[in-house]
Amino acid sequence: MGVEGIVHRFGDDVSTDHITSGRHRFLAKDLVALAAHCLEDVDPEFARRARPGDFIVAGRNFGCGSSREYAPRVIQALGVQAIIARSFARIFFRNAINIGLPAVEAATDGIVAGDRLVLDLEAGLIRNLTQGTTVACKPYPPVMLAILRDGGLVAHLRKHGTYRLG
Amino acid sequence: MGKTIIEKILSRASGRDARGGDFVVAAVDFALGGVDSSTPLTAQVFREIGADRLFDPARVAFVIDHAVPSPSEAISAMQRVTRDFAREMGAILIDEGEGICHQVLLERGYIRPGMLVPGADSHSCTYGGVNAFGTGIGSTDMAAVLATGKMWCRVPESIRLVLHGSLRPGTTAKDLILHLIGDLTADGANYQAVEFAGDGAAALTIGERCTIANMAVEMGAKAGLFEADARTEAWLRERTDAPSGPVAPDPDARYALVREYDVSAVSPRVARPGRVDDVVPIEAVAGTRVTRAFIGTCTNARLEDLRDAARVLKGRRVHPDVRLLLIPASRQVLVDAMAEGVIQTFIEAGAALATPGCGPCNGMSGGVPEDGDVVIASMNRNFKGRMGNPRAEIYLASPITVAAAAVAGKIVDPREVIG
Repeated sequence: MGVEGIVHRFGDDVSTDHITSGRHRFLAKDLVALAAHCLEDVDPEFARRARPGDFIVAGRNFGCGSSREYAPRVIQALGVQAIIARSFARIFFRNAINIGLPAVEAATDGIVAGDRLVLDLEAGLIRNLTQGTTVACKPYPPVMLAILRDGGLVAHLRKHGTYRLG
Repeated sequence: MGKTIIEKILSRASGRDARGGDFVVAAVDFALGGVDSSTPLTAQVFREIGADRLFDPARVAFVIDHAVPSPSEAISAMQRVTRDFAREMGAILIDEGEGICHQVLLERGYIRPGMLVPGADSHSCTYGGVNAFGTGIGSTDMAAVLATGKMWCRVPESIRLVLHGSLRPGTTAKDLILHLIGDLTADGANYQAVEFAGDGAAALTIGERCTIANMAVEMGAKAGLFEADARTEAWLRERTDAPSGPVAPDPDARYALVREYDVSAVSPRVARPGRVDDVVPIEAVAGTRVTRAFIGTCTNARLEDLRDAARVLKGRRVHPDVRLLLIPASRQVLVDAMAEGVIQTFIEAGAALATPGCGPCNGMSGGVPEDGDVVIASMNRNFKGRMGNPRAEIYLASPITVAAAAVAGKIVDPREVIG
């Protein structure tokens, strides 16, 4: 059972350029400094407002564009506990799971900014405490669930020595 | 039941009967291990895994191309880490000025038909132009690849796009792929592979195929693959004697979607600012004033792209309100274009020339637009802020259309310019 968090709402096709623009890449050694610019071209206040345990909720194709892993890493650095979207671009999806940041596919249409959610990854459910509703998560394939449970790909490989497909 | 190209490549690489939807662990044939913007993180994760050597240094390349020459002390430090890691590991190092990773790896014959090539850049799908399964991955995935020589992946289902006919004058492979992306949308091929087939695909040059495969990721695809043919073989043999294993799909392969397109019906296209899939015929934006024009990037800065643009620029001048920037895809492209007088044409027309590399496409280095700039570029992405300034607008078009706009000071139908 997860902990309660507040929703920050985004739309469709949020790209990795939006999440962390190349113009700030010179800050890459300092993830906290880089994270202060997270999503600023979509919502200039987001990085300041985000609190540990909050959720990003988005529409389709979240994380499209470049393969830069700094995109999920700056979101993780802000303490966001999970990203819930209608769908993810595949490279971002892998990158998030690999660093142990849950990226969850679910029907997000009814979720609005400020809603309080609880994510139960093991049960595959998102409870919306504000609206009194529950949404099912799209199940992960076994390999991704294993990586996520281990806390990311580094821990997964250190534990198993190789990829565990099922 | 037969197999698609990607099912065959992944069956070979995994040693099992790989079908769309299966999960496999596959042996990689070559890896673009890192670029200057990703390698520091990859090297860090590589050590966190506990690894100390590459699976095979001779099959791993690191390329310094994303911000060259370096615009800052911090970026220089990232490039130093990249260079040092490549040398320490005994890998192939392609340093500043050699060109864009994908172009250089193709030029040197490292990428060959049938190979599985993960890359530390999302446009690694470019390798599909020569029938290789190239795909972009992040730093942690890459660190694991470098340590193990393997990657896990879900075998993608495939979409087959059957192309008929040939491109009309003034219309290029860029216009065709923009048209396809507009039709299929930015996530129309998410988690899938795209196969480009038909006589219209066979009629394309290797460079044109690479332009199209390059942008497969802009519709979400894991790969964009052409079949290998005599043209691919001839191209390859100019570069290497190394063996290759071309892969063709079976006639009874199963596809998630099959669509047919008449290539000769495609006219010049433009993607409007903000979305790669907001694609319109040139007439819809004709007359739009532009202030900056850029011919470069892994999509469209090969010799034939520069020739296309030079035909427009020959004997003309860039409009006084426009800055035109040219960045050839590689040192080799620059050398060849110099020998042909193509660079001379650009410079005489008023273009600025910069070091082969990614240029301002990723917003990390020189060529960042001003507030309010309207840019037309031969790039592959036009997201807000992509070139480093969120207060500039980016139109995507072919090199011919970019050159025509640079001369006119506004977007014009290039067919009217080249006559």
